[in-house]
Amino acid sequence: MNVLEHARRLLRRDQVFPMLMPKRLAEPDTRHGPILYLEGVTVSFDGFKALDDLSLYIDDGELRCIIGPNGAGKTTLMDVITGKTRPDAGSVWFGQRIDLLQLSEAEIAQAGIGRKFQRPTVFGGHSVFDNLRLAMAGDKGVWRSLFDRLGAAEREHIESILETVGLADHAGRRAAELSHGQKQWLEIGMLLAQNPRVLLVDEPVAGMTPAETERTAELLTGLAGRHSVVVVEHDMAFVRAIARRVTVLHEGRVLAEGSMEQVQNDPRVIEVYLGEDDDD
Amino acid sequence: MRPPVLLDRPARWLLGALAAGALLVVLGNALVPQGHALHVSTYTVTLLGKYLCYALLALALDLVWGYCGILSLGHAAFFALGGYAMGMYLMRQIGTRGVYGHPVLPDFMVFLGWEELPWYWHGFDQFWFAAAMVVLVPGALALVFGWFAFRSRVTGVYLSIITQALTFALMLAFFRNEMGFGGNNGLTDFKDILGFDLQADATRLGLFLASAAALASAYLLARRIVTSKFGQVLVAIRDSEARVRFAGYEVEHFKLWIFVFSAMLAGVAGALYVPQVGIINPSEFSPLNSIELVIWVAVGGRATLWGAVAGALLVNYAKTVFTGLLPEAWLFLLGALFVLVTLFLPKGLAGVFLHRKGRPT
Repeated sequence: MNVLEHARRLLRRDQVFPMLMPKRLAEPDTRHGPILYLEGVTVSFDGFKALDDLSLYIDDGELRCIIGPNGAGKTTLMDVITGKTRPDAGSVWFGQRIDLLQLSEAEIAQAGIGRKFQRPTVFGGHSVFDNLRLAMAGDKGVWRSLFDRLGAAEREHIESILETVGLADHAGRRAAELSHGQKQWLEIGMLLAQNPRVLLVDEPVAGMTPAETERTAELLTGLAGRHSVVVVEHDMAFVRAIARRVTVLHEGRVLAEGSMEQVQNDPRVIEVYLGEDDDD
Repeated sequence: MRPPVLLDRPARWLLGALAAGALLVVLGNALVPQGHALHVSTYTVTLLGKYLCYALLALALDLVWGYCGILSLGHAAFFALGGYAMGMYLMRQIGTRGVYGHPVLPDFMVFLGWEELPWYWHGFDQFWFAAAMVVLVPGALALVFGWFAFRSRVTGVYLSIITQALTFALMLAFFRNEMGFGGNNGLTDFKDILGFDLQADATRLGLFLASAAALASAYLLARRIVTSKFGQVLVAIRDSEARVRFAGYEVEHFKLWIFVFSAMLAGVAGALYVPQVGIINPSEFSPLNSIELVIWVAVGGRATLWGAVAGALLVNYAKTVFTGLLPEAWLFLLGALFVLVTLFLPKGLAGVFLHRKGRPT
């Protein structure tokens, strides 16, 4: 487009200037079922292929577990979806219209993909309440945050999340003082506050007591349906408890996919993973 | 959960102390006769005004380092740029009173045999123009520098090193006569500001009060920022940058905004400093100045704002005393102070104070 056309478009009087339009990210289009499409994704680090021509589809509202031995590419997969790592080849779509490879990490988060890290990552210097407030969905621009005031609706929403994750009694404590399990819960709470369409959850029960694990399982299964939940987990008992569909990764590829039972009886899976870890 | 208040107890104390101190200085200087024990000499007034400029500079650094975790080792560059903008105005005010008596050109340009004013010296005969440049030039440099650095995700020690390189490069550039800023002599021999004689006691007092007012306003603005949600995002970036990103905040925008704001505050500090000390030269860009600045903030305590102010005042007072007694030992003492604070008081004097009051920081 030449300069003149640019100028004409800019000076149209029936439209707001394009640069003044708030950048609204459309809702993902999921009419065909899947909410995440990964096709032919390859990521290599110094020649080592962390992901090798991987294709994976996550349906809207499903709860998917991804398992695989160490180095299978599980965390890299999450990095690719959330924009932290750019793949060397392949495409990643959120619904049918949003090309995630074109967006920054923050834009991907605003579009509706939330992530929980493997190691619980919370804002240690802030109170539990403020952690949730910062994560809360809404306008996250600089000016807005300078003049933002905590409204009653927002406060109520945060309090209800505090109830859900069982931290209501700790709202005023600094997040750094929480126990490991509590931090995991806080991070899950922050995901809830963000209210994403897709939750990517990396090892949610690491370091949790059996009781906490059970509650986490309940929470995650309860979320599925309204949200799509992708869980990466090592704890096979936990996966058995929540899994509906399981994807097994091995050396950066999808090795098998299906119900827990199908996967467990797949000889290739037994060979690389379950066989050696069955008593886990 | 109570939201943080703008004027919490330390804020009220600091502003109260500043107002009371300024009042005492004014009374002691203007009303108490010379020779009386309570008389505050004009020399002391100017010295205190200088400390207040340093405190403002420390406040600016605390915003980016203490709150956002960006350790800038080149913040004195913004201070010096603000100072040069003011210095250029003061040079233009000299007029025909220079040694060579040239109506437009400052002395050093006549000495270099220049025929006319370089383009970037135009407009500096107007105070409003110079005052705008005091914030715009440091702000623009911070904007460009920060945009490249933050967009490329340069963080931690690498960022510190390139900020250090930035101020060093500026120092070398300003040393050159061809730059048109007076080379290694810098700008000096100022006569008056806004028509007031710079040597007069009343002008000195006015500059001191302007510095105090600037510090108080900047402190209030900084409090406003750190008590907002914006301030919480800054601290969150310091503690866990990746988490902030995945929560949907454009980290680069926040860093850039606070970096530019901080550079502008530093510019104002420099502009108030120059008429009080009467000279600005390239040594103000020297990396050592930026490092000393970091030490003031570290000694006072990061991420409290008042700690940075207190640290700047205390360390500079100590500097004045010790360089009088033992000039050679000062740098060793400063180094030792920094090591001791880092080892034993990681949160600075503010940390000790808050700890004694039984409140976790």
